[in-house]
Amino acid sequence: MNIGVLSLQGAFLKHMHLLKTIGVNPVNVRYSDDLSNLHGLIIPGGESTVLSKLIMKQSLYEPLEKYISKYPVYGTCAGLILLSKTIENNKLVRSFEKLDISIKRNAWGRQINSFISNLKIKEFDKTFKGIFIRAPKINKVSLNVDILSSINNSPVMVRQGNLLGTTFHPELSNDIRIHKYFLSMVESC
Amino acid sequence: MKKNSFELKVGLAEMLKGGVIMDVTDPAQAKIAEDAGAVAVMALERIPADIRADGGVARMSSLNMIKEIQETVSIPVMAKVRIGHILEAKILEALEVDFIDESEVLTPADNQHHIYKNDFKVPFVCGARNLGEALRRINEGAAMMRTKGEAGSGNIVEAVTHMKSITGTITELGNYNEDQLKQYSEQVHVPFELVSQVAKDQALPVPNFSAGGIATPADAALMMHLGAQSVFVGSGIFKSSDPKNRAKAVVEATTYFDDPKKLVEISMDLKEAMEGIEISQIPEEELLQNRGW
Repeated sequence: MNIGVLSLQGAFLKHMHLLKTIGVNPVNVRYSDDLSNLHGLIIPGGESTVLSKLIMKQSLYEPLEKYISKYPVYGTCAGLILLSKTIENNKLVRSFEKLDISIKRNAWGRQINSFISNLKIKEFDKTFKGIFIRAPKINKVSLNVDILSSINNSPVMVRQGNLLGTTFHPELSNDIRIHKYFLSMVESC
Repeated sequence: MKKNSFELKVGLAEMLKGGVIMDVTDPAQAKIAEDAGAVAVMALERIPADIRADGGVARMSSLNMIKEIQETVSIPVMAKVRIGHILEAKILEALEVDFIDESEVLTPADNQHHIYKNDFKVPFVCGARNLGEALRRINEGAAMMRTKGEAGSGNIVEAVTHMKSITGTITELGNYNEDQLKQYSEQVHVPFELVSQVAKDQALPVPNFSAGGIATPADAALMMHLGAQSVFVGSGIFKSSDPKNRAKAVVEATTYFDDPKKLVEISMDLKEAMEGIEISQIPEEELLQNRGW
């Protein structure tokens, strides 16, 4: 199975490493041609402003948008921001407007407020170590979006059909369960 | 909820990978950097080329200036403290900068000791010329390393030397037996456990970026090719004749460093780069890289 990882900037190598450990062939995505023959795509964390600028400059917006409309895509942190329908107070990032949530960048504060929280996730028996780095906050969720995990009523993991998003970084906590969950979405697609 | 952990510090460094951190001296430059795709900005009063030219004591930057930059951009804001200046670091932590650079570009405050960085919640980046120096800083709690290079020189040769020294020694350690690893750890004054971990992983336990002399998209690409995971560009952008386009070009070159055709496209039509200095023309006592140990 081939899963693409958008490799423009950010924690793409960490995702690729995790994918390898669960028997998936990870594929670097930096050109529009890289999107062919993929079963799914991960948009990693990094700086959403940088990702958005490179996507526009390299004419990747349209091919990615088409891909996201058809296939399973998982966005972590900045990746989730790019999938969101609405980004609050934002002029710098152009999102793909596919996942029906309203999100705010760096909403928990600066780096000093980054945190680790043990999350209860729907369908997982044991808690998941959520690493939140200058994380965004999901402020509104449409009725057709499933909330898979929350902190004090603030959603941190959501799914809408083929699209999965977390405001935290499972690629940093060496826990393969969320990547496996995404894999099951890809397999049943 | 846990907020003070090494994982969180390194986590931010991981998010900065494959990006460009740009030196800026005011909110207008910070905005240009953010719009060009900088992954973070380093707020400082004078860029290294000017510090070098002006002489005198270089200290932590004006807090008003740093705060204005924090209010202007949404990307992480870093700032520099003098080597060993614990209080400058406490002040920047209280100001909530995202990363502190304990930097040889400023005049050292302590000739013997670097800051014990594990005591802080805010992550630190430090410069190194070789693996021993990098491991001493990591042992003190640095969450990110960068080559020192020679800041403000516009000359890439020192950054290349430092990067090759670090990666070369890591490769060598891979062939050492336990006694040799012990000997090395004593020689560079770091715990054996840290040395043997690096020998086994064949990598530093924290991201390794490059700084000091990057002036062109090709320079950035070269450092990525040599194993840097991101680049810092100090004087190279705002000392050039067209900072906006040069900044964009360096960002793209960092992503597409292994694609020469793309690098042609990126580098075409750029106006003049900053002037560079031949390292041998800098008097030994003025070399910034020799500050710290």
